[in-house]
Amino acid sequence: MTDLAQPINASMPTPQAAKRLSGAQLIIQLLERQGITHIAGVPGGANLPMYDALPGSTIKHVLARHEQGAGFIAQGMARVSGQAQVCFASSGPGASNLVTAVADAHLDSVPLIAITGQVPQQMIGTDAFQEIDTFGLMLPITKHNWLVRSAEELLTVIPEAFRIALSGRPGPVSIDVPKDVQNQIIDIDTWPEPGVAAAKPTFEPSAIDAMLRKIREAQRPVLMIGGGIVYADACAQLRSFAEQLDIPSVQTFMGLGVLPHEHPLSLGMLGMHGARYTNYVLEECDLLIGLGVRFDDRATGKVEAFCPKAEIIHVDIDRSEIGKIKNPMLSINADVGEVLAQANAALEPMQRPLWQQRIAQLKTAHPLIKAGEDELFRPYGAIRAVAEILDDEANIATDVGQHQMWVAQAYPFNRPRQWISSGGLGTMGFGMPTAIGMALAQPQRKSICFSGDGSIMMNIQELATAAEENLDVKIIILNNGHLGLVRQQQTLFYQKNLNAVKFQQSVDFAMAAQSMGVKGVDLAQSADPLNDLRAALLEHGPCVINLPIDETEMVYPMVAPGGANADMIGGEA
Amino acid sequence: MSAQADTTVQNKATPQSVLRLTVNNHPGVLSHVCGLFARRSFNLEGVMIRPLHSTGGQHSRMWLLLNEYDKLEQVMRQTEKLRDVLSVEQHPLEGSVFEKTDGFFAGS
Ligand SMILES: Cc1ncc(C[n+]2csc(CCOP(=O)(O)OP(=O)(O)O)c2C)c(N)n1
Repeated sequence: MTDLAQPINASMPTPQAAKRLSGAQLIIQLLERQGITHIAGVPGGANLPMYDALPGSTIKHVLARHEQGAGFIAQGMARVSGQAQVCFASSGPGASNLVTAVADAHLDSVPLIAITGQVPQQMIGTDAFQEIDTFGLMLPITKHNWLVRSAEELLTVIPEAFRIALSGRPGPVSIDVPKDVQNQIIDIDTWPEPGVAAAKPTFEPSAIDAMLRKIREAQRPVLMIGGGIVYADACAQLRSFAEQLDIPSVQTFMGLGVLPHEHPLSLGMLGMHGARYTNYVLEECDLLIGLGVRFDDRATGKVEAFCPKAEIIHVDIDRSEIGKIKNPMLSINADVGEVLAQANAALEPMQRPLWQQRIAQLKTAHPLIKAGEDELFRPYGAIRAVAEILDDEANIATDVGQHQMWVAQAYPFNRPRQWISSGGLGTMGFGMPTAIGMALAQPQRKSICFSGDGSIMMNIQELATAAEENLDVKIIILNNGHLGLVRQQQTLFYQKNLNAVKFQQSVDFAMAAQSMGVKGVDLAQSADPLNDLRAALLEHGPCVINLPIDETEMVYPMVAPGGANADMIGGEA
Repeated sequence: MSAQADTTVQNKATPQSVLRLTVNNHPGVLSHVCGLFARRSFNLEGVMIRPLHSTGGQHSRMWLLLNEYDKLEQVMRQTEKLRDVLSVEQHPLEGSVFEKTDGFFAGS
């Protein structure tokens, strides 16, 4: 796989003669030096100098149809590659349209760099045309953000932006650049080094011994593995650690794919839509080892009732996560990959036949029930059919809703960064533009998006972008004519008082796709739907596949919001 | 947690704590700190910030008075993550800027 290019290294010759550049040209050249190859964005009055500086650059601009789309395209590139990626928007509505994508990146720790134009400095504060307080808007949803006050400042701000986005726990940053700063001319004679991730926090080696001792003593330990393992590139270390110590492992939503789907130690996803046996194992566990996790409420359920019999060990690179939700008896503030590598070098392998036997019992008694797995027009059947046609090379994104949870439960993820979904913010409209970004970053891989007929409408305009770039993006709409997950909640928790969840006006998605230059396939109209699905997935190019399902399908099991994980509804064998 | 008990004023309804920060002196720092407190619903009772003479105005000293006791550790860890925050320390109310300026807030 050829991922996006690496940042230019220090040995690259730096130009000797002073160069006269505008702030906007400086931004583009600094981004080139960071190894940026694509920028998704939308131009407007306040960022025109940056667009004027783009032609002739090695950076390819991808013209999104909405700034939120641009933000998610950049996120898609960042999520599959692990590298920081850039999106552009103008001031005012351009910047406010970006906000959702930036907030989404913040909650899922994605290194996104949002660069916005701003009105000229002398007009800031005058309620100028398309002026909003972008600094104020971005402040609570970024790791750090800037309002740049001179072209010279860009020389520190741009590398620093990459450093912050990539260091420790990754996350978004935003840089607001007034138009006069973009137009300011300066002479550059020395270039700053590209920004890279800072050194990882150091930790006491004795903590490893303490952790290993505790794990050895435990009778019923469970690993809780999260997105931190993915971001630390620590899947191999994790796997070896789990196997050598014979510890069953639950995966958080963000950690799916860390262990292969069929791995004997994998207990699947825990929490709100976890399998019954997965949540039951946690009721019995006596030591929970959280690795790169943040104890999100969708994973823990009611916190006081989570793992009631367990002591907790917590390893995370973000010190503020330790003790935020759960007080661990032992914690290591460090890169989880480094901790696991050291632990693997020090540990003595062991077996836990009794605990594994108990786990096997629970798994047999309370498996994940995938009703309708053999029927194409049922959720688990559709997901299985798609998975059987594709191989592990494919990247899989989702939108938000029931379809997302069915995919999380049932799709056989077998490698990290194969599963791309909006976890923390749960943003409808995430899937398709993100899949565009995945395809831009890794054009050799199929880029799949499972969506719903509600979510797809929230960024459907980006189909035109997918067509323009002729990307291998396949959007499979599990079409129930409803906001399914809301319908499910009204059914279960509001006495079936179904309100504002049925679309009275349906959309012909195949036709909508065709209107934007994308192939559309409606499996409802198909004589041989499985064959048509296969053909649509395997040929190259963007395609929307409409796959009708019944509106009464439910995602089970389900823990009521705020409820304890042991109290699951549905999904009984 | 015992260290916190020594330095925390327990005589009011909600125990108060004082934090003494060193921060970069440039526009936006105050917003970043106050924004963090607002977003995480940490109770902020008082703020005082001035450039530090000894650093030629490069750094500022920021004093925070908090109506937080149980969450103090979490408050400090979150505050430490801010890029422009160089150090965060707990400080007794005695001898803090808040004690010395108390007279300005007597009311009327
Ligand atoms: C932007 C946004 N608005 C509202 C919601 C609340 N919400 C969560 S799931 C959902 C329904 C999703 O419907 P659809 O995309 O059709 O998926 P389904 O549940 O039917 O599979 C809604 C409205 C959300 N998550 N994101």
